[in-house]
This record gives sequence, structure tokens and C-alpha cells, in this order.
Amino acid sequence: MERKPYWNPYVAGVGIGLTMLLAFVVLGTGLGASGAIARGAAAVAHAAAPEALEHNAYTGPWFEGGSPLAYYLVFMAVGVLAGGFLSAALAGRLGIAVERGPRLGASARLGLALLGGLLAGFASRLAGGCTSGVALTGMSAWVPGGWVFLVAMFAAGFAFAPLVRKEWTS
Amino acid sequence: MSFYEAGLLASPAAFVAALLIGLSFGFWLERAGFGSARKLAGIFYLRDFAVVQVMFTAVVTGLVGLWALEAAGVATPASLHRIDTNLAAQLAGGAIFGAGFVIGGWCPGTALVGAASGKLDALAFLLSAGVGSLAYALAHGALAPIEALGACGVVTLPELLGISAGVLTTALFVVALALFAGIARLERRRRMEVLR
Repeated sequence: MERKPYWNPYVAGVGIGLTMLLAFVVLGTGLGASGAIARGAAAVAHAAAPEALEHNAYTGPWFEGGSPLAYYLVFMAVGVLAGGFLSAALAGRLGIAVERGPRLGASARLGLALLGGLLAGFASRLAGGCTSGVALTGMSAWVPGGWVFLVAMFAAGFAFAPLVRKEWTS
Repeated sequence: MSFYEAGLLASPAAFVAALLIGLSFGFWLERAGFGSARKLAGIFYLRDFAVVQVMFTAVVTGLVGLWALEAAGVATPASLHRIDTNLAAQLAGGAIFGAGFVIGGWCPGTALVGAASGKLDALAFLLSAGVGSLAYALAHGALAPIEALGACGVVTLPELLGISAGVLTTALFVVALALFAGIARLERRRRMEVLR
């Protein structure tokens, strides 16, 4: 199937905004993604070291009701996976790839993706969420912490961008 | 009444609702082009403004919508859970996150979309984000004094500034329109080719 172009960013922005409003009204929370990743990781680690996870001050409460995966954000993340897959499939954008600029090899790109993920995963727990749960959701509810997070994120993103220019640009 | 207000956020019905909301979120993220790390990273080189265009449109939609919902009494302080503001944690977290974003090319939500469309770098990002989350859990106790700095609980900017939400939302709407007009001018002047 021929690959279709992305939709207008303002249309997509309204779509995400309306989805968030639905979460405000129906769930009474907002959107989120990093919480599900943390809980998924805790569930996997729990198989290897149950005591360490259950006695940890941060992850312990997640196991009190049974599985850390019995949480609304985990189900939201499953929905995000399905929605992303559906949209990519309908637009002819499915395909196994390691996406990068023309000046970088696939293994170097994967190494940098691992490093970036490590930082973002740690930072999400520190901030209490990520671009979805703190920035988008917080900003939309006039939460000062969401705006602080956004400003700090862009400042650091632009500060670090020159160091990894080769990863992205020709 | 929201699932949160009813104390039913952990019920099967709330899980189904969260799944459907996630389905819509993931769909729109992918439509925006956010299943592509190059498109996302483009913002940090001012080559592709989709991240700013999409985020600010979503935030303006959310702010205007929530303002209307609150005015109509549909959303109340009891029905909507706002996250706490922890200034030091969100400042430091935002900065580390921004570095991770440009180095890794993803944020957690977009990485889910990237992985769903077959990007192996998104899968790598997600796996190590899980490791990073566990690293935080180990450091949680030691970080507590830092996180206590600027911990404000649930507050909002209109409360803090003493300006009504309607005025502040209108002001941001105007700022966002000016930002979008500036982006359009820049794209025309540079004859920019965004990733499609």
C-alpha cells in the first residue's frame, strides 16, 4: 500500500485535545504513558526479584492490590499501541525500521535510543509523568508544574541537540 | 461523575474507558507523524515544527474545553484530579527528560506509537525507559529532600496569579495564534520541507 502523508498538525492537535477532554470528564484524570512503562518494568522485574519490588518504597504500593498492571494507565497504553498500529496500518506506514539520519549507523542509533530511554524513564518518575501526563495534561489544567516541565524540557532539548546533530541531520 | 470521583478508577469499566481513550490518543499521535523519531527530533533543529504545533493546539483545545466544562459545572475540583506541582522535581525532571527526548528521539507516548508501527529504536527506548523507571525507584528515598523543594500540592496558575482562568486562557489563545503565524512565516521564508 502506498504511504500516505501525515495529517495537518493543527487537526491532529485538536484531536488530541478532544481526547484529553474526554479523559478529564470520563476518567477524571488526563492522558498518560510513562506510568504504564514503569509498571510494566516493575511487573517484569518482580518475576526475578519479588521481594525487592514489594519492599521498595516507590514500587511497593503497586503490588498491594495484586498486579501493578491492574491500573488504568496500563490499559491506556495498550490502547495507544493499538491506535498507533491502526493509524499506521491504514496509512501504509507499518514497517520494521531503525529510524535515523543518513550519517549514523543502526547500532549507534539503537545505543542512543537506549540512553535516551534511560534518561526519559528516570526523569518521568522524578517529575511524576512525561510529555502526556505532566506537560499536555498539566498545562491544559493550568497546573504550574506542567508549564515548568515543558520549559525545562525544551531548554534541555535545544541544549543537547548540537551534541547529537549527527543522529538526525544530513 | 467521573470514575475518579466515584472512586472507581480501578474498576473494569474504567479500564475499558482508558483503553478506548488510549486508542484515540495513539491514533491521533500517529496521524500527526509522531510515529517518526526524525520528525519529533526535528523541532530541536527548527526543521519541523509539528511538535510545537500539535502540542500547543492540544493544550489550547484542552484549556478552552476545560474552562467551558468548569463553567458548566461538568468538571469540578472533586471530579478532576489535578497533578501536584513539585517545582524542583519537575524542573530537574523536565531537563533530564528533554535531554532524553533529543538523544533517544522519543518520549514515552510517541515511543509506544513508534513501536506499534515497527520502529526498533522505539522498542529500545521503551525497554530502557523501564530500566530508568526502576533506577528511580531505587533512588526514590535519596531524592526525597530534593523533591520536597517547591512542593506546592494541587495549585493552578489562575489561583497563583490571581487572574481568572477565562482571561488567562484567552491570553494563551492569542499567544498560540501568534506562535502559529510565526511558524507559518518561517516555513514560507525558508521554504521548509517538513517530513510528510
